[in-house]
Amino acid sequence: MTVTYTSEHFKREARLALDQPNLQRALDRTTTLLQARRAEAYRAFGEFDAARAAGSRIKDHVLRHLDHYLETFEANAEAAGCKVHWARDADEACRITTELCRRAEAKTVTRVKSMLGEEIGLPEALDAAGFERVETDLAEHINQLAGDRPSHIVIPALHKTREEVSDLFERAHPPHRHIDDVAELVESARTTLREKYFAAEVGISGANFLVADNGAVCTVTNEGNAELTMQLPRVQIVTAGIEKLVPSMDHAGVLLRLLARSALGMELTQYTTFLTGAKRPGDRDGPEEMHLVLVDAGRTELLGDELAPILKCIRCAACINHCPVYGQIGGHAYGGVYQGPMGSVLTPAMASLAKSKDLPHACTLNGRCDEVCPVAIPLTGLMRTLRERTWRQHLVDRPTRLGLGLWGAVVRRPALYRPASRLGVRALRLLARGRPALRRLPGGGAWTRSRDFAAPPPGGTFMARYRRGER
Amino acid sequence: MSQNGGGRDVGLFVTCLADAVRPSVGFAALRLLEAAGYRVQVPDAQTCCGQPAYNSGDDATTRDLMAGIVRAFEPFDYVVAPSGSCMGMIKKGGHLFDDDPELASRHAALAARSYELLGFLHDVAGWRPQGRRYDGRVAYHHSCSGLRELGVKAQAERLVTDLAGVDFAPLDHPEICCGFGGTFCVKYPEISTSIVDDKVRDVVATGADTLVGGDLGCLLNIQGRLGRLGHDVKVYHTAELLAGSEVAPLGRDAPS
Repeated sequence: MTVTYTSEHFKREARLALDQPNLQRALDRTTTLLQARRAEAYRAFGEFDAARAAGSRIKDHVLRHLDHYLETFEANAEAAGCKVHWARDADEACRITTELCRRAEAKTVTRVKSMLGEEIGLPEALDAAGFERVETDLAEHINQLAGDRPSHIVIPALHKTREEVSDLFERAHPPHRHIDDVAELVESARTTLREKYFAAEVGISGANFLVADNGAVCTVTNEGNAELTMQLPRVQIVTAGIEKLVPSMDHAGVLLRLLARSALGMELTQYTTFLTGAKRPGDRDGPEEMHLVLVDAGRTELLGDELAPILKCIRCAACINHCPVYGQIGGHAYGGVYQGPMGSVLTPAMASLAKSKDLPHACTLNGRCDEVCPVAIPLTGLMRTLRERTWRQHLVDRPTRLGLGLWGAVVRRPALYRPASRLGVRALRLLARGRPALRRLPGGGAWTRSRDFAAPPPGGTFMARYRRGER
Repeated sequence: MSQNGGGRDVGLFVTCLADAVRPSVGFAALRLLEAAGYRVQVPDAQTCCGQPAYNSGDDATTRDLMAGIVRAFEPFDYVVAPSGSCMGMIKKGGHLFDDDPELASRHAALAARSYELLGFLHDVAGWRPQGRRYDGRVAYHHSCSGLRELGVKAQAERLVTDLAGVDFAPLDHPEICCGFGGTFCVKYPEISTSIVDDKVRDVVATGADTLVGGDLGCLLNIQGRLGRLGHDVKVYHTAELLAGSEVAPLGRDAPS
């Protein structure tokens, strides 16, 4: 099922987000905490930079030899008792998954949130096919109750304050009492969700890594919901993007050390599970059938593109947590499934640049994302590449284009630029009327609505004064 | 003049912002470089480093400007600019000449001897502001390009704290962007304002009476917001403080 996400209203959505006190409070609390925790984990690790270089090399290597690792993975996963399905796009992936649920005669489907699932619109597809979909991730449970979309790839309900969650749970969870304490709120969700794990006929999860040389699927969570979802139902379905491959368990180990530290500042997540195949004769538990749906959805095409490094992304959200723009507007304004710097590259790269043209521009190019990315993706460089495409494809709005065109014509010619800048300075001086700063600037409202603009001092431009012999 | 660096001839890239709204930054840079023992010239053919075009995706304009910079500054041993972001632009512009190996190698040679002013004074010239002073509690704003593209942080702070009379007031979050971002601040003014508000809070919380930094873009943004909110913090370019420039703080009247 194709869900139409759109970033076309980025500017409006961003402005709305800035005016939501609850969202602002939630963003302040969480991003500050996550930055501090990541910094501490980075410091305590001691080998972070070496691990980062290794992690980056592993991802580069896999992307160069993706065909080889996909075939190896398929053979080993099938040998371990999995059935591998290939999906070219989102529609095909959803069709295969819902069909597998139907064949399992499922009524209830438990699900662990995965970004790939969100990307292909799997929740909506399951709902449309009539299954009772139970989101088992605490944050996704909150979003499901609130009818909200995830606003962060790792902390999907980051936009909600504890107070809002209290109200939601009071309405949705029997016996409908008001709870303020976080531990009690979690217990309330646990009690509600627990019976669903046993009722579900199918469990659906994603994968953090697919291990080629033994066919294992690796998931990480802090809640244990992946383990319950993957092992209690009779049928298990894993949906994963084809870029999730790693050659071996050792390689997964390197990336796991980076992932947990980068995401939440932890040495390891509470649960790290490698699942290899369905229940074998003699096994006490595990699913009777295990299906792997491997999804392309634009990835192969991206491999040959300048933007290919974004396929290295391990979805840790460090770039998002450190992005000053995300820190102000939160995730929903980005419109897509992904947010912040990685989303501002991935959404235009995978979907349509025309419909998400704001995303690569809504960035100060401060480079903090490049610095914290655990697999060294040059995020601001990729955003610059996308900006260049918006320029070439005439997606930059007309006034900006004309303005820059005019400026370019002058700035290319020093002999023209000198008098033009002298004139500009004189105009600013006149408008300032002797005051040291301008409070309003005709045509410059975007600056002066919220900021003063320092007036140039008397005497003219530097170049004019320098030519007059001033030193 | 030598073609291969190591000499004493510096071409000063003034930057378009300093040229127009803060000439004292250009003069301060000039005097500091001379004090450090260099012969300084200001080539007439300079305008802008091209960031507004580059960051909007207009590579053709950027390429023309970059080619102009290569031609204008090639005769010098060093190129120095009182701005991390303009210097970052000059240093990273090489890929614009992918189709012209000759210009690409000329650019690479120039980029290798191009420096941001404070990094140059500290690392290359080994200059220290001995015997100079500034009396005040001073906070430092590092531009993201200075910090992350060029690695100028400790050097700049060292130069400022070496001034007698400076009581250094560290920011809580010195690594966070001020929200200027060149054209970003006018393309997304509300987001930019919200980011600079965080920076203003950080500055004010230090109790600093003076804020300095190496990039005029950031300083105009932070000062503009400080001024609008009525905060009484004097804002200077680091070069002005080091050179002892007798000018009014940015956006303010000179104290009478």
